Amino acid sequence: MNYKQVTQTDIEALLAICGTENVLYGEAIHEDYSRDELAGIRSFPDVVVLPENAEQVAAVMRYAYEHNIPVTPRGQGTGLVGAAIAIHKGIMLSTERMNRILELDEANLTLTVEPGVLLMEISKYVEARDLFYPPDPGEKSASIGGNISTNAGGMRAVKYGVTRDYVRSLDVVLPNGEMITVGGKIVKDSSGYSLKDLIVGSEGTLGIISKAVLKLLPLPRVAISLLVPFPDIETAISAVPVIIRSKFIPTAIEYMERNVILSAENYLGKRFPDSSSDAYLLLTFDGNSKPDVENIYEQVAHVCLKAGALDVFISDTAERNESIWSARGAFLEAIKASTSEMDECDVVVPRDHVADFINYTKAIEKDLGVRIASFGHAGDGNLHVYVLKDELPENIFQEKLSKAFDLFYAKGAELGGHVSGEHGIGYAKKEYLQRMNGETYMNLLRGIKKVFDPKGILNPGKVC
Amino acid sequence: MNITVCIKQVPGTSEVEIDEKTGVLKREGIDSKMNPYDLYALETALRIKSDKNAGLRVISMGPPQAEAVIREAYMMGADEGYLLTDRKFAGADVLATSYALSQGIRSLGHSDLIITGKMTTDGDTAQVGPEIAEYLQIPHVANVLRILELNEKSITVEMNMAESVEIQEVLLPCLITVEKDIYQPRLPSFKLKLKTADRPVHYITFNDLEDKDESHYGLKGSPTQVLKIFPPPAKTTSERWEGKGEELGQRLAEKLHELKFI
Repeated sequence: MNYKQVTQTDIEALLAICGTENVLYGEAIHEDYSRDELAGIRSFPDVVVLPENAEQVAAVMRYAYEHNIPVTPRGQGTGLVGAAIAIHKGIMLSTERMNRILELDEANLTLTVEPGVLLMEISKYVEARDLFYPPDPGEKSASIGGNISTNAGGMRAVKYGVTRDYVRSLDVVLPNGEMITVGGKIVKDSSGYSLKDLIVGSEGTLGIISKAVLKLLPLPRVAISLLVPFPDIETAISAVPVIIRSKFIPTAIEYMERNVILSAENYLGKRFPDSSSDAYLLLTFDGNSKPDVENIYEQVAHVCLKAGALDVFISDTAERNESIWSARGAFLEAIKASTSEMDECDVVVPRDHVADFINYTKAIEKDLGVRIASFGHAGDGNLHVYVLKDELPENIFQEKLSKAFDLFYAKGAELGGHVSGEHGIGYAKKEYLQRMNGETYMNLLRGIKKVFDPKGILNPGKVC
Repeated sequence: MNITVCIKQVPGTSEVEIDEKTGVLKREGIDSKMNPYDLYALETALRIKSDKNAGLRVISMGPPQAEAVIREAYMMGADEGYLLTDRKFAGADVLATSYALSQGIRSLGHSDLIITGKMTTDGDTAQVGPEIAEYLQIPHVANVLRILELNEKSITVEMNMAESVEIQEVLLPCLITVEKDIYQPRLPSFKLKLKTADRPVHYITFNDLEDKDESHYGLKGSPTQVLKIFPPPAKTTSERWEGKGEELGQRLAEKLHELKFI
C-alpha cells in the first residue's frame, strides 16, 4: 500500500479538528503508543490524536480517508497480538479520552458507554447498583472498546459467554468518516446480516467504535470458589469433562500448575492458600443465596473427589476469594517476570480435547528443549500456552518458538480448534489464521474488509 | 501441648449499617463469617499442631448460630470446639466478654498456649485477647508478627511495636494475639467437612462456669455505656508531592518504609 506521508499540514488539520491538547506529535509521543503487550514489535505513529467525541473521530477519519493516511485505533494498549501497533505509521487514534459512562437504563438492563471506559470502571459502576456485566477478562485496565474489538472472553465464559454476547448496539465511525449504528436496545434481531456481531471482534479494521450499549444482568449475590488439588495435571484436566457432564455449570473452570502458582507467589510476595499439590482446578459457582450455591458446589465436590481430586478447598468469603483470584489474575505477569522473553499461543479447542492439547505441549517441551508454561480456561477450551526464552540465545529461541507454534496450531486444528480464543489475530497471528482457514475463507474476510474500507486505511496489515 | 484459639462470628461484609436510634448493628439478612483476623490465629495454631503434635480446640462466644464458625474451624483442622452461649452473656461489652471467655477457657482444663486474632472486624478494639490473659493471670504478647521458637517451656516471638519490632521470650502458659499475614490461612476442606459432620460442638452455659455471680456477665457485668454509635467518616486524606523523579522516588521509598509496606 502506498500511503501519504504525514506532513506539518496534516498535523495542523488534526490540531484544528481535535484541539491542541488532544494531538501529540514528535517528541511528545510517549513510548507506550509505539507498542502493545506483544513483545518484539515497536513502531511509532507520526501523530497521535485523542478525540473527545464521535464527531472528532469522524472528522479525523474523513480527513485521513481523503488524504489516504493510515489510521490505527488504540484503546489502552493491553492487547497481546499487535493489533494496536501503527505498523504503517500515520495517525494513531486513541479512544482514551472518550471515557464517559453515558447511561444506565434499568428498564432495558443496558449500560451505554464510550469506548475508552475501563473494564474495572464498568464492573465497579454496575455492581454498586446490584447489576452485573459478566465478561471478566484478566486485564481489568483494558478499555471496553478494546474488549469489544477482540471479542474478549475471560473467566466467566463457561456459564455466561463472551463479550459478543453482551453487546446490544454499537455506534461506529466508518473508514470514510460516515457514522452508523448497528444493533439496538433490543433483545431479538433477525433484520438481515448482523453487522454488530461482525464489528465485534474485528480488531479495529472495519470501523471505530464510538459508543457501545452493553447488556447487563442482575448481580448474583453469592459467589463461591472451589480450589481443587489433584496429584497431576492429567488427572485434573480429565476431571473437567466429568464436571461439565454433571450439568452443574460453574461460572469458571480454570486449571493451574504448581510452578505457575509459585511464580505468582514470588511475583506478588503473597502466599497462595495451598501450593502443596502439582495441579489444581479452580471452579466458581454463583447464585442468589448461600444455601443454593452450597447445594450445587457440594454435588460437584463429590464429583471431583470421585474423579481423583485430593481434596476440595472452599473459598466462601471475600478475603478467601481475593487470596485465590489475585494470584490467578497475576499469572500472566508472573510468568513474564520469571523469564527474559516469551510468546503466547491462545489456542481454543473443543472442551473434551483440553487434556490432549496440554499433554501435547508437555511432549513438545521435552522434544524441543524449551520451557513451556501454561494455564487457562479449562472449562471453555481456551488455553494460554507460553514459550519462554529464559537463557536461550535469540536465534535459537526464535527457531524453537516458531517450531513450537507451528506444532501447536497444527494440533489445535487437528482437534477442531481455532487460532485464538480471546486475544485476537492482530499482526502476530495472521499467518496461522491463514494456514488454518485456507484461501476461500481468507478471501471472504478480505472482501468484507474491502467493502468497509476500500482504501485500506483503517488499521492496515491486521487480521486478514 | 494444648492450644486454644478464640474465634468469633462477625457480619460477612464490612459495610454493615448501624441503626441510628438504637446504635445497634443491623444484622438481619446479613451473611456472617468467621472474623478474618481469627483465620490467622487458627492457621498459626494449625501449624503448631502439625509441628508439635499438639491438641487444638477452638472457643467462641455467641448465639447458637455461631456454631457455624466452630464447624468451619473443624473444616480447617481443629480437634474440638466449644461455644459459650447463654442469655446471661447477652449485651456483654469488651470487659464482660473477656471475662466470660476467660471463665470458659478455664473450664476446659489446661491450655499451654492461647491464640487470638489481633482484633475483630465488627468491634475493632483489639482488647479481648489481652484482657483474657489478665483474667487468667498469664502473660501475653499482642500483635505477634512471627513465631521464632516454641518449646515445652516458652515461646519466642516478634512483636509489632508500630515504630519497631521487639523480640520477646515468654513462659508458657501464655496468650498471643497474632497479626494479619503471620501465615496465609488455609481454606476449609470439603473432605474434613464430610469427616467432621457428626463431630459435636460442645456448649458451655452459665452453669458450667466456676464463677456463678451473674453480675459479672452480660449487660450487668459491663461497665461500658454506649452513648452513640456512628460510622466514621471515610478517610480521604492524600498528599501531593511535586519534584524530580529521582527525588520523589527516594521520598516514596522512605514513606513506604515508614509505613512498613517495604
